[in-house]
Amino acid sequence: MLEQHLAALPILLPLIAAPIVLLVGRSSLAWMVATLVSGFATIAAWQLLITCLASGSLSYAVGGWMAPWGIELRIDAANAFVLLAVTAISTLVLIYSKDSVAKEIESDKHLLFYTAHMLCLAGLSGILVTGDAFNLFVFLEISSLATYTLVSLASDRRCLTAAFRYLVMGTIGATFILIGVGMLYMKTGTLNMLDLSVRINLYESSRTINTGLAFVMVGVGIKLALFPLHMWLPPAYTHAPSAVTAFLASTATKVAVYVMIRFIFTIFGADHVFNDMGMDLILMVLAVVAIFKCSYMATVQNNVKTVLAFSSVAQIGYMVLGIALVSAAGLMAGLIHIFNHALMKGALFMAVGAVFYRVGSVNLQDFRGLGKHMPWTMAGFTLAGLSIIGVPLTVGFISKWYLVSAALDQGNWLVAVLVLLGSLLAVVYIGRILEAAYFQKLPEGTDPEQVKEVPYLMLVPMWILVIANLYFGIDTSLTTDAASAAAQWLFENSQTSVPQVMEMKP
Amino acid sequence: MSFILDYYNYWVVVFLMMTGFYIVISANNLVKKIAGLNIFQTSVFMLYISMGKVTGGTAPIVVEGVELYSNPLPHVLILTAIVVGVATTSVGLALIIRIKRAYGTVEENEFKNSDDAI
Repeated sequence: MLEQHLAALPILLPLIAAPIVLLVGRSSLAWMVATLVSGFATIAAWQLLITCLASGSLSYAVGGWMAPWGIELRIDAANAFVLLAVTAISTLVLIYSKDSVAKEIESDKHLLFYTAHMLCLAGLSGILVTGDAFNLFVFLEISSLATYTLVSLASDRRCLTAAFRYLVMGTIGATFILIGVGMLYMKTGTLNMLDLSVRINLYESSRTINTGLAFVMVGVGIKLALFPLHMWLPPAYTHAPSAVTAFLASTATKVAVYVMIRFIFTIFGADHVFNDMGMDLILMVLAVVAIFKCSYMATVQNNVKTVLAFSSVAQIGYMVLGIALVSAAGLMAGLIHIFNHALMKGALFMAVGAVFYRVGSVNLQDFRGLGKHMPWTMAGFTLAGLSIIGVPLTVGFISKWYLVSAALDQGNWLVAVLVLLGSLLAVVYIGRILEAAYFQKLPEGTDPEQVKEVPYLMLVPMWILVIANLYFGIDTSLTTDAASAAAQWLFENSQTSVPQVMEMKP
Repeated sequence: MSFILDYYNYWVVVFLMMTGFYIVISANNLVKKIAGLNIFQTSVFMLYISMGKVTGGTAPIVVEGVELYSNPLPHVLILTAIVVGVATTSVGLALIIRIKRAYGTVEENEFKNSDDAI
């Protein structure tokens, strides 16, 4: 019974839990329910990934209406992989959030925080598992609305304007996706993704479909904060509560990258998007500019959360670069970086949240002397920071290794060199923070008794992510297997209709 | 001339979309920004609804003697999108109320700190 409905569980569990969390009335009870539900969703996602790696893809007809008429949930290696990352991070962040939320959010809003978190998780899972283009838009808006609420929950009033800016930009992005999907429906008369891909291939070249592609790409570009559409992201991540930033930075933009991959490879077909429309050059240029411009911006910021937010935009550049390389190896590098970056940024933002918990603000000068007074937090920050830089034995190295080797496979020396140069900027912005933490003394007038290690409930999830950073950097079999299976699957299914054209690409 | 007349529904959509977009970008007042966003979204509703029309077709209700119906699916889709639009508007307005309480203004140029600009 439950096996059969496994595909729907990652959406249904959090969606049902959302009102229950609101009704239980006590903050600690709500925390427990939310964490348990998120944990169950993680187990379901794990089962789905195992099933998909063993037997290809899995289809679930919602309400018993068969595709392409009904809404189909379609799970393959690609989305099961991202789904596992999203649900697992959600569970860890929820464990972490008990103390962090008690410190940063007013007590009468705690229940609302857990409710919004559950709705956001339901929306993100829905985007990942759905096989219907319009349904994707609906889930995108469910997660986005929950996100605006989450950002606005902080006690600093600047979170309000940040959330409002995010709302305006996010709504424009989602509406663009809606227009794009409308164009596709106008031409093909279907909304099911697989059905769409078959029918789009029937047309040699259609202006309606190409316009739809343009709208979808811009809309998704806003959602995933692709340079130069990223201006909503730094303020939102800076002023949101720490637990929210840790969750959003490691899941929301990653899911948007997945949406881009799904639209390019499954719906429009890589051949059409890259060879006929020349999107690969556009994406590659934007990605490289994102890596350099935003890494540079990260080196000049004073607020550490802003530093990491700009670093996120730069890291999204690496993922998009992987997609724009137009090869199974490049796509795999992009997918693996989705997973790995979730691990790094989750750990980093949790560490910054821990500093906020003790010090009360997270400007660069507040980090002075923390290496001695909060050793575990700063050790975690250091290891995750090294991972962002891409030091061997961390997951960051694995991502960059696959990205550089995918670029070299195509003889694209310039991109490989640029990726490595981008890492040097990461050395600068992580290095500034580590320098303050380890080589400077605690500011005068601060009571050393006050600045001590944070509670275990915050340290343990942070360190689980840090250890995952190291573990998946050494034993890469799980991540590389899943990512390469997903990339192979996406790439092959994308070129079945016109295999002879794709082979010409070096 | 026929280029304009044959596609008049699309011209309406484009005009509304650009109007809404312009208001979102240019308006100084946050409530006006939300109103612009609404116009922008409404244009997309019009796009969907007008594409469901089948020439000569009637409303999709089964009655005797009628063979041709308009396509009801875009209408259903847009019902969902309208609900999403209403939810977005209400979240936006709720945020504006809190901004008014926190800053004492909803005019963008009256925020003191450049960090707070929207």
